Amino acid sequence: MDVQAWTFTLVALSFALYIGVAVWSRAGSTSEFYVAGGGVPPLANGMATAADWMSAASFISMAGAISFLGYDGSVYLMGWTGGYVLLALLLAPYLRKFGKFTIPDFVGDRYESSTARIVAVVCAIFVSFTYVSGQMQGVGIVLSRFLEVNTTTGVIIGMGIVFFYAVLGGMKGITYTQVAQYCVLIFAYLVPAIFLSIQMVDTPLPQFGLGGTLADGTPLLEKLNGLHQDLGFASYTDGSKTMTDVLFITAALMVGTAGLPHVIVRFYTVPKVRDARKSVGWALIFIALLYTAAPAVAAFSRTNLLMTVSNQPYKEMPEWFSKWESTGLLKFEDHNQDGLIQYVGAGSALENELTVHKDIMVLANPEIAGLPGWVVGLVAAGGLAAALSTAAGLLLVVSTAVSHDLLKRSFRPSISEKGELLAARISAGVAVCIAGWFGIHPPGFVAEVVAFAFGLAASSFFPVLVMGIFSTRMNRVGAISGMVCGIVFTAGYILWFKFLHPELSNPEHWWWGISPEGIGTLGMLLNFFVAGAVHQLAPPPSPAIQQLVEDIRVPKGSGPAHEIEL
Amino acid sequence: MNPVPPPTESPQHSQARPPAGGLSKNRRAEYWRRNLRLLSVLLAIWAAVSFGCGVLLHNWLDQWKLLGSGFPLGFWFAQQGSMLVFIGIVFYYARKMNRLDREFGVEED
Repeated sequence: MDVQAWTFTLVALSFALYIGVAVWSRAGSTSEFYVAGGGVPPLANGMATAADWMSAASFISMAGAISFLGYDGSVYLMGWTGGYVLLALLLAPYLRKFGKFTIPDFVGDRYESSTARIVAVVCAIFVSFTYVSGQMQGVGIVLSRFLEVNTTTGVIIGMGIVFFYAVLGGMKGITYTQVAQYCVLIFAYLVPAIFLSIQMVDTPLPQFGLGGTLADGTPLLEKLNGLHQDLGFASYTDGSKTMTDVLFITAALMVGTAGLPHVIVRFYTVPKVRDARKSVGWALIFIALLYTAAPAVAAFSRTNLLMTVSNQPYKEMPEWFSKWESTGLLKFEDHNQDGLIQYVGAGSALENELTVHKDIMVLANPEIAGLPGWVVGLVAAGGLAAALSTAAGLLLVVSTAVSHDLLKRSFRPSISEKGELLAARISAGVAVCIAGWFGIHPPGFVAEVVAFAFGLAASSFFPVLVMGIFSTRMNRVGAISGMVCGIVFTAGYILWFKFLHPELSNPEHWWWGISPEGIGTLGMLLNFFVAGAVHQLAPPPSPAIQQLVEDIRVPKGSGPAHEIEL
Repeated sequence: MNPVPPPTESPQHSQARPPAGGLSKNRRAEYWRRNLRLLSVLLAIWAAVSFGCGVLLHNWLDQWKLLGSGFPLGFWFAQQGSMLVFIGIVFYYARKMNRLDREFGVEED
């Protein structure tokens, strides 16, 4: 079979699997639709969380980004895993004990304020849509490159699949499809990584391969540093960002991860508090399986790329080169007309002639390394699994926010269980269509907006949740003023540098050298500080709320996730 | 953040509702203090491996290699080591807390 046939077969098989799982695990009640009835075993929830979390960006773009950034790429590796420590220690067990369906539920009830609830709903919807448009775009890229359908058809196929299991199955359907999707995506990621690792450093495990030695006796990382130095790129193991900036970006990504609504809600689905604690650990293991392989894939593909293209005649480039050139993600311009490819960094006297888009690295890896056709097909199926699982989790947050937080808790408290379930399904359907529209007409600023999503999650949700649990004295006035200051400061900084004055976005103009990607950390500190100062001026919350905080601190008596009348 | 429950709760109120998890006020405060102590130690380790070894000390640690492999030590912490420690922290916390729950009799049935 050729590559195309393999891709088609593997993608079709994986889609059939997801639909099968979805039909088997349909949701029958709002509790099943929102939190899978609160009955997901911790191991399965860990897998589902891993698939939920690892998006098209983790699967397709991350290793590529690391291979261009070298050490600086560590911000993603530490940032997107370190957040789970915060989640396990500061949030998940307590929110599970609280036992409602959503973050706005907690914010609204803990601070006795529908304003706070609505601010939280708006943030949750904004963050989720930001993310989901990236996923749908990822689906479009993968389908159009590997199945050679046009992007619109690709996105519509993806929408159809997500619509089917998110709208029918709700959280229950999503959870079990995500378990299947995790298996597909991790297999698809590790198989080519293992092949590459054996090829380059003769070690089957890519995690160890990164520290391995090439056939000529030089350690891989030393070889890569040498190549980088010769070609005028920044040293691979040192990077070029300032230490302050690396520190702030890492912290913003950690705190942002712990504050993302679609991740937090997964820990409402396990039966007990102790399951929530353990489940985060499983999630982290499943995520780390991919995240520890990613830097290896990055270094392998970087070395492969440099050795394949550097100073080689353009005419002798292999087939994959022209294929990716036709997508516009790879561009060669022979400035000095010598027929050779000069791929060099800023530190070189020569002019760079090759531009490589970071998304190519993972997708083209099997072809660059000359791996068999079924591996290429597998990578396509894995990329789709990553994108679809994340998209489904996000769409569920949007539909829950509309049907539960807005309708049931704010505007139509009298709505029946059946009516609420119908509203949830309709809003999931509408959300899928909006997400699809964004996928077909991607806004040009997706990458910029992602900084926004993390910044907002870090500067709004995280402090409000932590203070709500760890302080019985924190009250409405403190929480709202903290949230408002955090959001306004973070959003203002990002808007200024990313949208209003992108030409000023460089270390000289940034405050204390902190880039917009890292400013969420400062926003979070500001939020804590303002809330801590302002809440002293107002009386403590009512005894009932103080009792509630005392209650969520001990595991005993956590029932299934349900409605509690305060 | 206030680690100790403030004494603002009125006595009538404590009588009106059973205290959380069926614990007396002192025992409850003790349970929470033990939790916070464990939390602080683990968060210090969390920060030390990521922000410490992975970022601030990264250049200094790079003079050594990890156990005879080709990994410069600081680079390894930043790209793999910190994640392994994170996993250890989460499981250790889960185990310790489950034990603490049993000690205070507040575990779930």
